[in-house]
Amino acid sequence: MLPRFLPVQRRIRETADVLSLIAEPPEGEKLPVFLPGQFNMLYAFGVGEVPISISGDPGERGRLVHTIRDVGAVSHALLQLKRNEPLGIRGPFGKPWPLDQARGADILLIAGGIGLAPLRPVIYHLLAQRHSYGRIALLYGARSPADLLYHRELERWRRVPDFQVRVTVDHAGRDWLGDVGVVTRLLPKINLDPADTVVMLCGPEIMIRFSTQALLDMGMNTQQLYVSMERNMQCATGSCGHCQFGPHFICKDGPVFRYDRVEALLKRDEI
Amino acid sequence: MKDIAELLRQHPFTTELENEIIELIAGCASNVVFQANDYIFREGGDADHFHLIRHGTVALEMKGPGRDPLSFLTIKDGDMLGSNWLLPPYRWSFDARAVELTRAVAFEATCLRAKCEADHHVGYEMMKCFVPPLLERLQMARFQAADIYGA
Repeated sequence: MLPRFLPVQRRIRETADVLSLIAEPPEGEKLPVFLPGQFNMLYAFGVGEVPISISGDPGERGRLVHTIRDVGAVSHALLQLKRNEPLGIRGPFGKPWPLDQARGADILLIAGGIGLAPLRPVIYHLLAQRHSYGRIALLYGARSPADLLYHRELERWRRVPDFQVRVTVDHAGRDWLGDVGVVTRLLPKINLDPADTVVMLCGPEIMIRFSTQALLDMGMNTQQLYVSMERNMQCATGSCGHCQFGPHFICKDGPVFRYDRVEALLKRDEI
Repeated sequence: MKDIAELLRQHPFTTELENEIIELIAGCASNVVFQANDYIFREGGDADHFHLIRHGTVALEMKGPGRDPLSFLTIKDGDMLGSNWLLPPYRWSFDARAVELTRAVAFEATCLRAKCEADHHVGYEMMKCFVPPLLERLQMARFQAADIYGA
């Protein structure tokens, strides 16, 4: 599968080391439909390819948004792209968040750091289809206030009635009036029905492990929890084996997994 | 106005305590109010009280030369504030600043330690209240030290 090249239309600085790149097809060309939680392989000419979750609105068909953190050679090269320069894209790939199965239930989203990016399409979907879901809540943890993604949208979401948005950081200065501490400390503050809640978690694996444990301690079961996993993905079609995770390929069988399918694997070393 | 024992019966930190113990320790407690930006205690000061937060937010802060104070934890409704009073040298190791109007129950540490020493059952029950939040905060400190979002 060859990459398609789309010109970068806009770069949005999210934090010191995170940018959102917005790419749009030439007039008359269409973009493939994506589902929240899916990812694209983004190609930087002569450098390489990386999997990046789609972070834009699934209802907005005319552009693709990817939020990228500058962590390696490829992501660094991608973040150097200027307006109208071509961004190579293959995709979308992977299993999405279970939004259809979750209809009628309360929804709890837990994001850590850059993990808010793959959940942002879920938020757009939930707000567009608000009548189809129960109460919704977002718990978001980051290193510091300067590391929070999507500042303006967080403020906007806070004002949405019946959408509980709680943000916490690991450390902060005096200008931060929100919570400081780990994301699980926010769990007792939200108003959801644990027996009828679907949880979608995305963030560092350590955060996933301690958050899922806290949710299970609250009386939820492993089949209510969904996590987005990350491994070294190369082909994105389940052929190369780089992202093998026990019996699963993250690129093809994930990146979103129901927790009971990966719980045992998450507790084993070197997988 | 509710008496102190009634407030303690309703506070998540002490709600599991036997009624007799609540009545006993209420004798060491008083109602306190802090305005926004009041310091509840300062690093290096005598740890002669601890607080149960009823309403409000308290930032735990550390200072370093040439930089603004850094908050590493916020304490909120239902939380316990301060454990340095438990063991010598009874000295605070960070600052605690009210971020907003904060109402709390304050315990006089010498009084409470004396009651725990006089009746070890009271001391043990109090320790069972303190250990869970202390372990939780220790675990949180591990996550912060590991910088999990930056990794």
